Amino acid sequence: MSENNSRRGFLATSAAALAGLTLAPGIRLVEIATAKPDNEPVTAKVRWGMLIDTTRCQSGCTECVAACGKENGLSEVKKPRTDAQWIRKIDLKELKTGRALSLPMMCQHCANPPCVDVCPTGASFKRADGIVLVDRHICIGCRYCMMACPYKARSFVHEPHTDQNPEVPRGQGCVEGCTLCVHRVDRGGTPACVEACAAAGHNAMLFGDLNDPESAIAKRVREVKTTQVRADLKLDLGVRYEGI
Amino acid sequence: MKAIALAVLWGLTFAAAYAAEPGRTPLPAIAIEKPGQCVEPKDVMRRDHMKLLQHQRDKTLHQGIRTKKHSLNECIACHADRKTGTVLGKDGFCQSCHEYAAVKLDCWDCHQPKPGQKTASGAKP
Repeated sequence: MSENNSRRGFLATSAAALAGLTLAPGIRLVEIATAKPDNEPVTAKVRWGMLIDTTRCQSGCTECVAACGKENGLSEVKKPRTDAQWIRKIDLKELKTGRALSLPMMCQHCANPPCVDVCPTGASFKRADGIVLVDRHICIGCRYCMMACPYKARSFVHEPHTDQNPEVPRGQGCVEGCTLCVHRVDRGGTPACVEACAAAGHNAMLFGDLNDPESAIAKRVREVKTTQVRADLKLDLGVRYEGI
Repeated sequence: MKAIALAVLWGLTFAAAYAAEPGRTPLPAIAIEKPGQCVEPKDVMRRDHMKLLQHQRDKTLHQGIRTKKHSLNECIACHADRKTGTVLGKDGFCQSCHEYAAVKLDCWDCHQPKPGQKTASGAKP
């Protein structure tokens, strides 16, 4: 066992050494190395997080919402009052000064998630890498988590569905919410909303590993003041906002 | 008493013969679209496919282990009907057998019974 550990240690050190190497300007080996092998479980060494720069987020732009719907099969909105919503755009205005800003709001992937605390069946859970998910195989659709969530981030699926993305199973009778596009993240990708925001040229969303001091998001949260929404609840959020 | 026992025995014999007669017992339509080696031997798959799937689903969801061997999507990729493109339907690989065995299938309330990617990143099948 100790031999195994030391071998792992050696591998980790060599990986870290390799990570510093630059293959070509702008392409570092670390980006290739962060993709977790398919057969290894996620670990708490990684804490996935997102930083949203509200100064870059455009009012009226819903690219992130559209991309989320397309990626996760939420696209058709037939009943806006009850259709599932994993991410939504919010426009805020300070009445005194008239300062307006726009931001996307979704599951904040808390380190101490209230939805997990209240779930009576254990369906609502937090993965080791900080992503908060619903195990639909266990969910009984009681909607306790929806009431517990301070961010209104979860939805109940009222209608039967047949057009799921094969990688994102979802159906009637369960609660669901933003998964940080876990099926993409596990393969080394980024969430669809982040990709869409960058493709639209806004670059308001930054996704990465908060635990890796070398990651772009960790550097950014170290340099500028970022805010957790309802920080008074001490939930230690994975999603942070800049400029609110 | 002896007469009753004889009658029961006769009845059982008749029932066995009736069931064994070919053509009179309905059988599930199991068409293997892509003949080849399955991930486990046939007898293991027939008896334990649900255990393999359940084990894999928990590992995938809770630990992010996304190996292909026992993944439901890989089952569908191989076993979907070429004409209908799904594992459901009257002669569908999953449904025909489950109907025969009278075991309710609720995988498809949430999972997509057709193979292929339908994501923003990937192309449609």
